[in-house]
Amino acid sequence: MTCDEAKILLHALIDGELDAGHAREVEAHVATCVACAADLAAYRDMKRVLADTNLRYTAPSQLRARIEASLPRAERPNRRAVLRGFAMGSAVSALAATGLLAVVLRQDDQQRILSEMVSAHLRSLQAGHLTDVISTDQHTVKPWFNGRLDVAPPVIDLTAQGFTLVGGRLDYIDARALGAVVYRRRQHVINLFVAQTANTALRPPKTETMQGFNCRHWTNRGLNFWAVSDLGADELAEFTDKFETAMKANLEG
Amino acid sequence: MSPTSDDPDKARRFREAALPYLDDVYTLARYLLRDASDAEDAVQECYLRALRHFDTFRGDAIKPWLFAILRNVCNAEYARRANRPSAIDDAPEAAEQTPLWRESEAGPETEMLRRRDATAIRKLIDALAEPFKETFVLREINNLSYREIADAVGAPVGTVMSRLARARAMLRAAWTAEEEQSK
Repeated sequence: MTCDEAKILLHALIDGELDAGHAREVEAHVATCVACAADLAAYRDMKRVLADTNLRYTAPSQLRARIEASLPRAERPNRRAVLRGFAMGSAVSALAATGLLAVVLRQDDQQRILSEMVSAHLRSLQAGHLTDVISTDQHTVKPWFNGRLDVAPPVIDLTAQGFTLVGGRLDYIDARALGAVVYRRRQHVINLFVAQTANTALRPPKTETMQGFNCRHWTNRGLNFWAVSDLGADELAEFTDKFETAMKANLEG
Repeated sequence: MSPTSDDPDKARRFREAALPYLDDVYTLARYLLRDASDAEDAVQECYLRALRHFDTFRGDAIKPWLFAILRNVCNAEYARRANRPSAIDDAPEAAEQTPLWRESEAGPETEMLRRRDATAIRKLIDALAEPFKETFVLREINNLSYREIADAVGAPVGTVMSRLARARAMLRAAWTAEEEQSK
């Protein structure tokens, strides 16, 4: 090793950034070179003095306060907190508020879940994240979910209807595992998220849009469905219809 | 409604991730700008930008990311200062920096650096020229790894290493020169 190399690398040695091989080389050079040995000692000394001195600055409290104030505060009285306060006001107003609270919270939750569905869809589009089980055969995909979920997501082959079954995947939304059945139409991926719900009432499909993705949500037979895709709203509606029709045919047949 | 205020969850995550490093960011700003009130403004702007772009933060280390944003804010401040008609700050400091460009003239004997108080050492660091100063501060005061410094300043690790060697040589020279004078 030359002195020029050592003069750079000895800093990495001091900083603990060298791998064992290079560290040995630098140490071997320093053992035979008085000038580099002096440099190493001086820089070690300097680093020690610097480490023993408080050279940091502390952000002034008014700066901290200003930044805190500019952030949207979680504790800020928002709709939820206002209603909570209202509900705690008196027994009568609590009763009145509960209905309102449920409505408001449900919408908040739905917005959040919608956003999580879109995030999960985006995650799935990253390389290697789309499917845990790859198969165009519903009889392979469906059993794969067994034991992985507390729900058996219906896996229906819709190839004949123009939506190719690609596979299935476990996903996590709202800290809960749920099934994602993946379809494809042309180059567009459709994630069909399926989760159990206590609500057995039929809720007709409704499309919402977030970040340029369409999400069609419906509830049927105790299952919550969210179909998320960059497909147009009309084609996603077609998917939902084909899926529900096939489900019905399966159950009746 | 602004894009930030309707997402309290994002704000909460940002607060938890970024606010613990406020002193780190402020420390770097103080060294880069050498002015307490400019540093405050830069840090506040840095945090506003960071929140705005928090969705794009994908790494696991938030410190280099925050520092990279702060550097951009400081560069804008440098540009503003350069355009200011009376560049009072710059002239004397440029003169002060001149001797630092020489490599250490100390002989091979080990000179023990005398212990200095924090104010004196801060002054020596302040006088280092860029981009050596920022690399030095990121390493010695903000405790970033070479890789993290490279990420923050957008330069290869090799460049970080040579800048750091240069910064330490300049600091050592200034330090020993001051000791010579005080003898």
